[in-house]
Amino acid sequence: MAEREQKKKSAPPREEEVVDEVPATSESGEKIKAELDDLLDEIDDVLEQNAEDFVKSYIQKGGE
Amino acid sequence: MAVSKIVGVETEFGIFVRGRTESNPIAASSILINAYVQELVRSGHAARAAPRVGWDFEDEMPHNDARGAAPAGAHPPEIETHLVNAVLTNGARYYVDHAHPECSTPECADAAEIVTWDRAAEEILRRSMVAARSLLAPDEEIVVHKNNSDGKGNSYGCHENYLLARSVPFGRIVRQITPFFISRQVFCGSGKVGTEAPGLTAADVPFQVSQRADFFEEEVGLETTLKRPIVNTRDEPHADAQKYRRLHVIIGDANMSEVATYLKVGTTAIVLAMIEDDELGLDLMPAAPIAALRAVSNDISMTVPIELANGSTITALGLQWEYHERARKYAEAHGLGCVGEDVGTDVLARWEDVLTRLETDPMSAASTVDWLAKYRLVDGYRERHGLGWDDGRLAAIGLQYHDLRADKCLALRAGLETIADPAAVERAVTDPPPSTRAYFRGRCLQKWPESIVAANWDSLVFDVGGDPLRRVPMLEPSRGTEEHVGTLIDECETAADLLDRLGS
Repeated sequence: MAEREQKKKSAPPREEEVVDEVPATSESGEKIKAELDDLLDEIDDVLEQNAEDFVKSYIQKGGE
Repeated sequence: MAVSKIVGVETEFGIFVRGRTESNPIAASSILINAYVQELVRSGHAARAAPRVGWDFEDEMPHNDARGAAPAGAHPPEIETHLVNAVLTNGARYYVDHAHPECSTPECADAAEIVTWDRAAEEILRRSMVAARSLLAPDEEIVVHKNNSDGKGNSYGCHENYLLARSVPFGRIVRQITPFFISRQVFCGSGKVGTEAPGLTAADVPFQVSQRADFFEEEVGLETTLKRPIVNTRDEPHADAQKYRRLHVIIGDANMSEVATYLKVGTTAIVLAMIEDDELGLDLMPAAPIAALRAVSNDISMTVPIELANGSTITALGLQWEYHERARKYAEAHGLGCVGEDVGTDVLARWEDVLTRLETDPMSAASTVDWLAKYRLVDGYRERHGLGWDDGRLAAIGLQYHDLRADKCLALRAGLETIADPAAVERAVTDPPPSTRAYFRGRCLQKWPESIVAANWDSLVFDVGGDPLRRVPMLEPSRGTEEHVGTLIDECETAADLLDRLGS
């Protein structure tokens, strides 16, 4: 673990990280949330009709 | 130095026939595979399927146990020789196993090749589903899922196979790989809504990391269909048995994420190389491996402590960091030539990245880790509609994540990072990898399908007329590559020429 932390310390200077990462994180956070909303809209369209019956009837034989 | 970690992945797919109340999965699997082969013949690509070439069971020995004698009461696997069995020109085997269609990738030299030929296998199944429509009633459709469980206690596998030196003591493999297998699910588990463990309900385990953990009951053993073991002892190297072992790994989940497949195979290959070279030097065996396996799967916070046999405790991520740290040192000291230098270096970097993300901001790994990608969909849908965890719609999302139909597959919509080149995947549907004996198998099947009567992993049987059948052994998995035999195959007009030139 100690060596891992050492490795992190040898990463690019701290200022650069702050400038690059803080706005990127919040932007990407919002982007991710918007994408998830779109995705959940899409699930309603593509999800099997009668999902519950579909799940019940999905029976496989064991394999391998 | 460890031998080249040549690797293959065998995937059993879930199958059902939409539009029928009762469907026979063996018949459906046969229709699916035959439809694919017939479609290749019909479209004038007979040579691409080598449709008349059968699988050769001559050297199959699934009963052999790596521990020597199997314990009394063990149930070795049966070989089903009568079911559909095709050898494809990309070097893969496509067949009916038990009640599932199964596709075994050709032997690959590294994790990057595995991703390409694993994606090609998905494409083959997808094309099979389309081809099968003409053999079914208009309102019927064969549907295939790349998953490992039906949610009702029935499981089927996605097995990995790694080449090891015969000289590695099996006991060392068991001791040193078990903690890795228990913990690697944090980045290569495919996720599951609910639980199939006896006595537990969705209230106990609403969502878990792995598809498979519920089905493992033993630490070591020969079985694959019941009393499944964390380390499988099947000793069937499909290669020179004096030189090699093949570790048959049955504990993994089938992955929809390319990066998850890449990391699963890439990290396991590196860890096995370290074990082979006896450079791991770790004793991290949990006190109760099966309980630990399930505890890790049932804990999506990834914080559950695992008690080790030596009395200390550690988390699954802690275990993975221990292995990663050793792997980094191993790479510095020995290089990673045995897993492919560039691929191995990239695997190490991605391994560190995914562990860091899982430790600091798990959802930031949802673009590479299947269980997190699935959890994001299921949990988001649950919150939006105010559903209980036992709602059938959540299980349906969990199932449909693995649906291979492009218009239904939720994994395709989950924002997963892709690393395989689509053009390379398209070629891999018909062409073998260049870097193993699969190249020889695939090229011969492409060029002389009418002269080959049977194929298996370690030989091809030719019929060039007149003479007795001639078997070309391929006991060395790293020979028969494009570099070795590409020009030779190009130059030979007939299979008889080839056999003459090979001097067999």
